[in-house]
Amino acid sequence: MSYSNKLIEHYENPRNVGTLDKNDESVGTGLVGAPACGDVMRLQIKVGDDGTITDAKFKTFGCGSAIASSSLATEWLKGKSLDEAETIKNTQIVEELNLPPVKIHCSVLAEDAIKSAIADYRAKQATKKAQALP
Amino acid sequence: MKLPIYMDYHATTPMDPRVLSTMLPYFTEKFGNAASRSHAFGWTAEEAVESSREEVARLIGAIEERSKEPDAKSIVFTSGATESDNLAIKGVAEFYKDKGNHIVTTKIEHKAILDTCKRLEKDGYEVTYLDVDAKGLVDPAQVERAIGPKTILVSVMLANNEIGTVQPIGEIGKITRAKGVLLHTDAVQGLGKVDFDVNAMNVDLASLTAHKIYGPKGVGALYVRRSKPRVRLAAQMDGGGHERGMRSGTLNVPGIVGFAKACEILRLEGKAETERLKSLRDRLHRSITSRLDEVFLNGHAERRLPGNLNLSFAFVEGEAMMMAIKDVAVSSGSACTSASLEPSYVLRALGVGEELAHSSIRFGLGRFTTEEEVDFVADLVVSKVNKLRDMSPLYEMHKEGIDLASVQWAAH
Repeated sequence: MSYSNKLIEHYENPRNVGTLDKNDESVGTGLVGAPACGDVMRLQIKVGDDGTITDAKFKTFGCGSAIASSSLATEWLKGKSLDEAETIKNTQIVEELNLPPVKIHCSVLAEDAIKSAIADYRAKQATKKAQALP
Repeated sequence: MKLPIYMDYHATTPMDPRVLSTMLPYFTEKFGNAASRSHAFGWTAEEAVESSREEVARLIGAIEERSKEPDAKSIVFTSGATESDNLAIKGVAEFYKDKGNHIVTTKIEHKAILDTCKRLEKDGYEVTYLDVDAKGLVDPAQVERAIGPKTILVSVMLANNEIGTVQPIGEIGKITRAKGVLLHTDAVQGLGKVDFDVNAMNVDLASLTAHKIYGPKGVGALYVRRSKPRVRLAAQMDGGGHERGMRSGTLNVPGIVGFAKACEILRLEGKAETERLKSLRDRLHRSITSRLDEVFLNGHAERRLPGNLNLSFAFVEGEAMMMAIKDVAVSSGSACTSASLEPSYVLRALGVGEELAHSSIRFGLGRFTTEEEVDFVADLVVSKVNKLRDMSPLYEMHKEGIDLASVQWAAH
């Protein structure tokens, strides 16, 4: 399969590979996909007090496109507010990396991972708020 | 050492220079049509084709009982193994349809067999697809049980193209012969590399191809037994009646001459080559597994093609792995490398879990593989697997002691 230079560049030099402490209440974790399907993405965001994403990390089991999609997603997430981050669409990833049609599911997975990480963070905050109530 | 390194010898092989030089005159000065009976150009071509038939027959042990000479007439030249498989199965099915309509084969055959059988099922034939064990072996007792009164043909490959497992064709041949059922084998991968003798193994039909044995692409053969029993086929290609009516079409003389030369080289050097390849293959295997954990061999440890090494690197996806070792040409059972987005049906038939099927890499070593290349590839694989595992959430979870099978995955 022939891939765009940008995709190969992300694959060969992935940004933001790593792990954030999933028990930290300022961290949201999204784990999507399944080993049997050949791709699993874990995307984590760290959110500052002002509600902007200060850090993002990923680890991905999957093909080159899946790794590049998650690398790109973490790059885009940093510095965005949660509301902005939520607007990231898989089609933007497809466009940026010029994903071939059979690899579009990789971008869908990245969008799911973003949404899942945000949802996890928000759930944590809601719990925290509930516990803070007298 | 030159990059990229070719380790995909199951897919195809480069031509041996000796094969090429044998072929060249048949493109230019010896260009005659082997079917031209009236002049020297035709005779020269025909002679070359006939001695080529003998050479191919000799390599597979197709020896006439009385004369002890190679049975040249048992070799029908085709365009390659896909055509040979089609001709064998459809040809037998059509010719023997009054005798029965049942065919027995296995789940790990090449698509040229499986898709041909599926076509026949649409035409009213019945096909039994036998399971294989976890190492990819067919159980001869299962073959015996599958044969019924309507069975006309059993087709089991000599060696598998993905996992390299070599089937007990001799044992299956005893059964088919005793039951009076024809035995076909797709011998493409095993030819000249593992023991194969159509008489000793009671094989009635065998598909062969040149390009897997350092010969040219576009030429193959079907061995068709001529006595005890005499196998009959309905031609699938009609025309000038070439190849004793079984396969019409002007013969590819340069290709046939090259095919025969490739067979001759294997007959003379095959044993030594097999030993060399086994030792290189085992060196690659040891070098990788001594430095990486969670690497699994697919297929049979001993009953295996000499140049085949099929490994699953747990927690690493096959296509990503292939991109990481892009200076090495290999193939993968991962869905991401196939148009169908399904992981290898062969690995699945062995009961290999889908996640490990996605993580498989097939290394195919061959005549021009060097020790230096093997060592380079082993080092590269080890470093890239480590890099990809550092990037894999599954490896991290595994290291934390999480049982991945117990996780509720959101399948998509």
